[in-house]
Amino acid sequence: MSYEPTIIAFLCNWCSYTGADLAGTSRMKYASNINIIRVMCSGRIEPLFVLTAFREGADGVLICGCHPGDCHYHEGNYKCLRRYYFLKKYLTQMGMNTERMRLEWVSASEGKQFAELADDFTEKVRNLGPCKIKEAAETLT
Amino acid sequence: MAKKEKNKIKLAIYWGAACGGCCVSILDVHEKLFDIVAAADLVFWPIALDFKYKDVENMPDKDIDVTLFNGAVRNSENEHMANLLREKTKILVAYGSCSHLGGIPGLANFSNREEIFKRVYETTESTVNPEKITPQTKYKVAEGELSLPEFYNDVRTLDQVVDVDYFIPGCPPQSERLMEVFTAIVSGAELPPKGSVLGALDKSQCDECPREKSENKLIKEFKRPFEIEDDGKTCFLEQGVICMGPATRGGCGVRCIEGNAPCRGCYGPPTSVSDPGAKMMSAIATIIDENEPEAIEKVIDSIEDPAGTFYRFSVPSSIIRRNIETSEKKAEQAVV
Repeated sequence: MSYEPTIIAFLCNWCSYTGADLAGTSRMKYASNINIIRVMCSGRIEPLFVLTAFREGADGVLICGCHPGDCHYHEGNYKCLRRYYFLKKYLTQMGMNTERMRLEWVSASEGKQFAELADDFTEKVRNLGPCKIKEAAETLT
Repeated sequence: MAKKEKNKIKLAIYWGAACGGCCVSILDVHEKLFDIVAAADLVFWPIALDFKYKDVENMPDKDIDVTLFNGAVRNSENEHMANLLREKTKILVAYGSCSHLGGIPGLANFSNREEIFKRVYETTESTVNPEKITPQTKYKVAEGELSLPEFYNDVRTLDQVVDVDYFIPGCPPQSERLMEVFTAIVSGAELPPKGSVLGALDKSQCDECPREKSENKLIKEFKRPFEIEDDGKTCFLEQGVICMGPATRGGCGVRCIEGNAPCRGCYGPPTSVSDPGAKMMSAIATIIDENEPEAIEKVIDSIEDPAGTFYRFSVPSSIIRRNIETSEKKAEQAVV
């Protein structure tokens, strides 16, 4: 059987989840590798969530929030953006390819964009192959 | 008083991959050491007393009441002693940052055995080793075979190797806290549930910190402690210096901060936090006063070594507990 990546997507309730919902109600097809977790705001996405996803076996993590300036809580997405750059630097230091993690802004009307993003990210992660964090962290020698 | 002698508990202290500071912190109780000796028989303590591993091997199982194990597990000797002491001990305590979280030796998980050996035995500036001689686990000499412990690729905390009853954090733990815990054990008081962290608070350093904090934390550049003129009063984070206080358990008496140095995080994360670095990244992100990607990256780049700063004492116990690339490079070497 060919390799199917597991991707965890954290979507904010107000823009991105609604965008993904629009993709669904518009019957757009996109990769079923995306496992969506809805959070109230992209500012709620702690680095801990992303690291835990990788440790539990995710091959890619997608983070989506409202476009800058459009956050339902004014500045949650900026906090998300800063955390994303922190994670990028940390994961680079831990020897990981940071293309496995992606941050994109998706508004409630961008169903099509979300479907395209899901397909595109899935393909990228598929080409990277399985993520080895779980294996490396659990080989205790 | 003579009657009490019979009720003495048996205490063992051992060091794994450690600097010796934890053993010294036990001596730092000063004259209270007499109280310890009055209440406990020291049956094993390599730094201070001449007992052999064989003496421990010959003890019946669960003969030792309390073992304070300091140091991480990084080679086969550490692992053997961790297993042996677990077998012989009723209450096994991970004492100090290294056995609790991995500590400073745990920073080796950014690298691996191969790289460490290359650096230590070949490329250090003071090394002259043209024949590239490295330690072998076994070596034959005229008198017989000599052996050395096997150096592992990965550093582990004590509870990643054996079952641990309690944890006492700190680098080293504060001697006062040790006395409190020790007195509690000796007095036969009811002990907290297994797996508890003793001798520390549940809340963060900030809860105890005497420095003035405001809501107005906005940072455009992070600085190292020597780059600021500390006013001795204001929260370090507000002055742009990374202080691990928000993601570190209180209980040490904020000694570093009282000495005008920011917290480095040796007491590990508070009870409600599983990964100190992730929490710290989360917290610090909120105080960066920039919203544009390039500007944010610039601020983050002013932190020299985020992984080493946020996980200084806790790499092996963190979620991503080692460097993935170096883990893959793990070669089957004859040399160990």
